[in-house]
Amino acid sequence: MVSRTKSPKPTKVSTTVSKVIRNYQQDKDKLIQILLYLQSTLGWLSREVLTEVSEQLQVPITQVYQIASYYKAFSLMPRGRHIIKVCLGTACQVRGSPRLLDTISAMLNLKPCETSEDMRFTLETVNCLGCCAMGPVVVVDETYHTKPSPSDLRKLFESAK
Amino acid sequence: MTVTLQIDGKEVKAREGMTILEAAKEAGVEIPKLCYHEKLKPYGACRICSVEVERKGRARIVASCGYPVEQGLVVRTRSPRIDRIRKTLIELIAPTTMVDGEVVGEIKKLAKEYGANIHRFESRFRAKPTRCILCGQCVRYCDEVIGEHAIGFVGRGIERRAVFFPEKAKACLTCQACFDLCPTGKIPSETDFVVFDGFSIDDYLAGEL
Repeated sequence: MVSRTKSPKPTKVSTTVSKVIRNYQQDKDKLIQILLYLQSTLGWLSREVLTEVSEQLQVPITQVYQIASYYKAFSLMPRGRHIIKVCLGTACQVRGSPRLLDTISAMLNLKPCETSEDMRFTLETVNCLGCCAMGPVVVVDETYHTKPSPSDLRKLFESAK
Repeated sequence: MTVTLQIDGKEVKAREGMTILEAAKEAGVEIPKLCYHEKLKPYGACRICSVEVERKGRARIVASCGYPVEQGLVVRTRSPRIDRIRKTLIELIAPTTMVDGEVVGEIKKLAKEYGANIHRFESRFRAKPTRCILCGQCVRYCDEVIGEHAIGFVGRGIERRAVFFPEKAKACLTCQACFDLCPTGKIPSETDFVVFDGFSIDDYLAGEL
């Protein structure tokens, strides 16, 4: 048991990753699925996680990063506990989403793609959510909100800890 | 199996499975290229090696680095149509490879040969001039020949970059095979050979590339 002198954190990452990889039969072809799963459980893909995936799956780190940096579904930056997505698709744009984005941006003191320092919120923009009739749409933690007023937004943000 | 085809009016014998570019090279016909390397699999990214192939009286444009030879194929490596295409391609990549108002490396030679106006698309160029044309020779050579995977592509669209992975790049100190491959000379001129400051995955993640 002398070999257990490693710091606890790296061991934890490697076990999380190895569990996920085992669930996907150690299959290199399922790299994207594995990354998606890790993204959804960890919130973002750190350098440490991706290196671990590369080593355990025996896929070059260059290839792992090529994929992880290509798709917008993956985040290579830490993200907040609550993700706010503002739709800037054509229909939402016409219905006033840029102004809505400015309002939210000012309320949270965050620019798009930024995460608050207390890791509470991440503000993102998306291009179309497929529900243009509801526009302008704001999604807070997977819940869709139609044309929220500033007071609606304030309530939402206050309830999100 | 050998096939006979015509390249620039010359009868050329080639082995089946060869590409037009390889057959032309053996026949002494030089086709320009930016992403092709004889040790690497065809990539077909730069399109500079485009040639006109004629079959059953119909001419079309193909990338010669990836097109296999065929019996009776008629190939033209220079024609007004081809020259115009190559000229435009060079003009399109010129803004990325501009250093002090002048294109560099291979692109400079090609621009001169094809009379390309390197400033044609300059005013409409919105990406960062990275001096990289994304030919992928460095990335593919490191993967396919060296096997170290020390340099790779990240990002997409105008944010796509080739970056070094410092933890893998220990071998780079003695290898440096990609330094001579780079058609714009970006790698030899911008790397510090050790930690790849300003050229690494960490710089990309910090949003500095």
